[in-house]
Amino acid sequence: MELSTDIVERWHQSDVLLLGGSAGSFKLLFRTVKSLAANLGKTVIIIIHRKKNYFSEIEKLFGQHSRMYLREICDKDVIKKNTIYIAPANYHTLIENEKQFSLDVSESVWYSKPSIDVTFDTAAEAFGNRCTAILLSGANQDGAEGLLKLRKKGSLTIVQDPSDAEMADMPNAAIHLKAADYILTAEDIFKLLQL
Amino acid sequence: MMKQSIEADGLTSIHLSELINLVKKIHGFDFSGYSKASFKRRLVRIMQLKKLEFYDLKHLLINDHDFFQYFLEEVTVNVTEMFRDPLYYKALNAQVLPYLSTFQHIKIWSAGCSTGEEVYSLAILLQEAGLRKKSFIYGTDVNTQVLKEAKKGIYSLRKIKSYIENYQYSGLPGTLTDHFTILYDAATIHAELKQNTLFSVHNLISDQVFNEFQLITCRNVFIYFDSELQEKILDLFYRSLCPLGFLCLGSKEAIRSDSFRKRFKTVNSKENIYQKIGA
Repeated sequence: MELSTDIVERWHQSDVLLLGGSAGSFKLLFRTVKSLAANLGKTVIIIIHRKKNYFSEIEKLFGQHSRMYLREICDKDVIKKNTIYIAPANYHTLIENEKQFSLDVSESVWYSKPSIDVTFDTAAEAFGNRCTAILLSGANQDGAEGLLKLRKKGSLTIVQDPSDAEMADMPNAAIHLKAADYILTAEDIFKLLQL
Repeated sequence: MMKQSIEADGLTSIHLSELINLVKKIHGFDFSGYSKASFKRRLVRIMQLKKLEFYDLKHLLINDHDFFQYFLEEVTVNVTEMFRDPLYYKALNAQVLPYLSTFQHIKIWSAGCSTGEEVYSLAILLQEAGLRKKSFIYGTDVNTQVLKEAKKGIYSLRKIKSYIENYQYSGLPGTLTDHFTILYDAATIHAELKQNTLFSVHNLISDQVFNEFQLITCRNVFIYFDSELQEKILDLFYRSLCPLGFLCLGSKEAIRSDSFRKRFKTVNSKENIYQKIGA
């Protein structure tokens, strides 16, 4: 499929890339992290569901293969460009304002902590229309509402094609809420992020 | 589990400061230094749970004292675990307890202790290290309701199950349930572990130094405060520590300000364990 001029332009214009994924999203996230250029000029924030005592295995693996500077988010970290931030397990990551993260240990949302909804929602508040947000494969409904909020604020929202996702529930929930500007396969999402 | 819709359109920063001023004026609680993003989430949650409009929320806060207690409980997050972030306890065991063991008495302050899980985790850690008898742990929180729970030291089996895994990762011998008596669906912490603990109310924002400690642990509390308030409380902790006493913030909260970085030595940079140096 040819990616439309609209989607490419909006991707280029955005300052922040938000990636939310759960079961079945790891492969694409890893491939994306490996491929992003060190001087992308954007902030990348990844929220991936995982077990709480998984420690920093993902950070270690992603960090070794990333050309961008990558770190697990610590409370009140300053949000910088050309950096990939990974939401820590067992905490929610909130965007405090356009320059700072806050962490939170309150109740799980859709049985998830980190919750994609929480980060997307606060990102919509803080960044408005300046994001590209992508919701990938997953087996629950987390992220759909947050994505809708981002869309309402004018950010570019993309959902992985459910027929292409290992777990279709999360993409389906977002599509059902009309939270998606575009529905793309993993391959097209990857292609877009290289442009 | 209840689904928490986080649609928060309509609650603006003007609403937030109006509410903060109102609570401060009427109830004497100052939330102005709270992280805005999480404070707002808490408010939205209360409004959704109780089906309130902003106007109703203000009305109840002004006129209904019982509601304020509920508000306080919901706004201050009380989600905690035993041996939460197990590697933190591993680090305490390896790097801090050997040092503390040289003291005659060990006074510990668990600030923001919520329902007591951290206090009892520390008690178990000290027990296993043979230091419990010369230690005393103060657990404080701003919320009286959670302190009642903490004093009881009784946790549901459902919770205990989720703590067991943490315990295993902490590297301590045996299993967590060795330290509990289990009856029906509740687990009660052994009485000997409750000895040498004291739970009391303390408000980190408005209350002062109340003792001198060899170790202060404060985890998942700073995250709710903005940078300015964090510094104010760091100063309180600094003044509450004996020379060479330890401040332990855990893996997600670090001392950021230069003036405080000079006054503490970093003992463990991953778990953010510091030792007081300087005057």
